[in-house]
Amino acid sequence: MIPAAFDYEVAESADHAIALLAEHGDDAKLLAGGHSLIPMMRYRLATPSVLVDVGRLDDLRYIRTGNGTVSIGALTRHSELEHSAELAGACPMLASVAALVGDPAVRHRGTLGGTLAHSDPASDLPAAVLALGGTIVAQGPGGSREIAATDFFTGYFESVLAADEMITEVRVPAGGGGWNYQKFNRRAQDWAIVGAAVAGGGSGVSLVNMGSTPIRASGVEAAVAGGASAAEAAAVAADGLEPPDDLNADAEYRSHLARVLTERALNAAGVA
Amino acid sequence: MTAVTLTVNGTERSLDVEPRTLLVHALRDDLGLTGTNVGCDSSSCGACTVLVDGQSAKSCTVFAVQADGADITTIEGVADADGTLHPMQQAFHEHHALQCGYCTPGMVMAAISLVEEYPGLDEGGVRHGLEGNLCRCTGYQNIVDAVLAAAGSGGD
Ligand SMILES: Cc1cc2nc3c(=O)[nH]c(=O)nc-3n(C[C@H](O)[C@H](O)[C@H](O)COP(=O)(O)OP(=O)(O)OC[C@H]3O[C@@H](n4cnc5c(N)ncnc54)[C@H](O)[C@@H]3O)c2cc1C
Ligand code: FES
Ligand code: FES
Repeated sequence: MIPAAFDYEVAESADHAIALLAEHGDDAKLLAGGHSLIPMMRYRLATPSVLVDVGRLDDLRYIRTGNGTVSIGALTRHSELEHSAELAGACPMLASVAALVGDPAVRHRGTLGGTLAHSDPASDLPAAVLALGGTIVAQGPGGSREIAATDFFTGYFESVLAADEMITEVRVPAGGGGWNYQKFNRRAQDWAIVGAAVAGGGSGVSLVNMGSTPIRASGVEAAVAGGASAAEAAAVAADGLEPPDDLNADAEYRSHLARVLTERALNAAGVA
Repeated sequence: MTAVTLTVNGTERSLDVEPRTLLVHALRDDLGLTGTNVGCDSSSCGACTVLVDGQSAKSCTVFAVQADGADITTIEGVADADGTLHPMQQAFHEHHALQCGYCTPGMVMAAISLVEEYPGLDEGGVRHGLEGNLCRCTGYQNIVDAVLAAAGSGGD
């Protein structure tokens, strides 16, 4: 299917992109890798009247480490995370989760900023950034602000980003203990039916596709901090959650998966 | 309309497109390169795979305007001018890695990119790496054999 017509603007810088968003108002959208937006436009689930292409902002494609923090430019592609020797050393979890997104062609185009802004509860990298206790840097007309990943996601495909804000950078702590990511799906190149991410030896735990946002499993984190075993901690993974019912799985099955995958991820991250 | 310049299979081509024109339609309809197929509406089959600046991309999920200035390689551009097949095409030929052929252009382009990106592929790596390319005919076995052979990692 062919997307609805739109006007196309190429951003020369982040400032320029934000000015274009402010100029065109609510109907304008940023275009990064296009691998969430274009499918939605083809189904006419999204019909922006203006697209501001930030895909050429190569100065926002970087991975830098310093002062215990890894800083990643928003336009960094999934395949660049996957293959970065620097990231493999500083935050191997993010590199390894990036390698599980879609297929190689998707990873050649999709960007870290795009997948966070898209805020799909079924996506892999947002959950990893959440478990890692990451920070999202957003720039708007009034300057930049830092948003903790825990405060970023607000609902299905919704975040605290304003319509005229752009993610410019994502920061995660370097190093930081045992980690693991469990992605459960049945079809090739598909999103997770449920996923579980563990970082920092169990101090950060998050779940994929268990509600309307990527979810921080604070009950599991508290249990681990209190000395519970992996099995005891994982037993509370789905408590209080309302996972979706769909063709892939009903809510009860998802809750079961969340417990099983959390236990596996905790074990693999070194929690006995 | 927006003016776009693409280097397609080594030749610079200028065209005027609507911003909503998908790269696959620019290639097929504006440039007459119909080797690249469209097999789905959901970015999931890989029949439209081409190389953008040397890396595989689903050309149904890229606007032609996004590719302005890029180097595009399609299936029409991989054999030598004298008709000698690209080693990946030759491997598909020798291993009978196609039946109806609909998925083949995308499969060959994805495989060329895969072998370049992941040196030392084994069978699992080929299967995983081509998961975004669907084939309704072959059952994949001969495709995997062909890619392994072209990658120089065995396969018979
Ligand atoms: C076939 C297929 C399979 C996939 N499989 C998976 C999978 O298994 N797991 C997974 O997690 N994802 C998967 N994806 C999604 C993929 O990871 C997307 O690339 C990603 O979600 C969006 O990144 P993008 O750069 O393409 O964003 P775009 O599509 O360009 O943009 C997405 C949204 O974010 C906004 N946006 C983009 N960049 C910014 C920014 N810097 N600041 C503010 N807003 C911004 C846009 O306006 C838009 O609303 C798949 C996609 C496809 C097509
Ligand atoms: S036509 Fe592009 S993925 Fe199916
Ligand atoms: S050969 Fe027919 S779809 Fe692959």
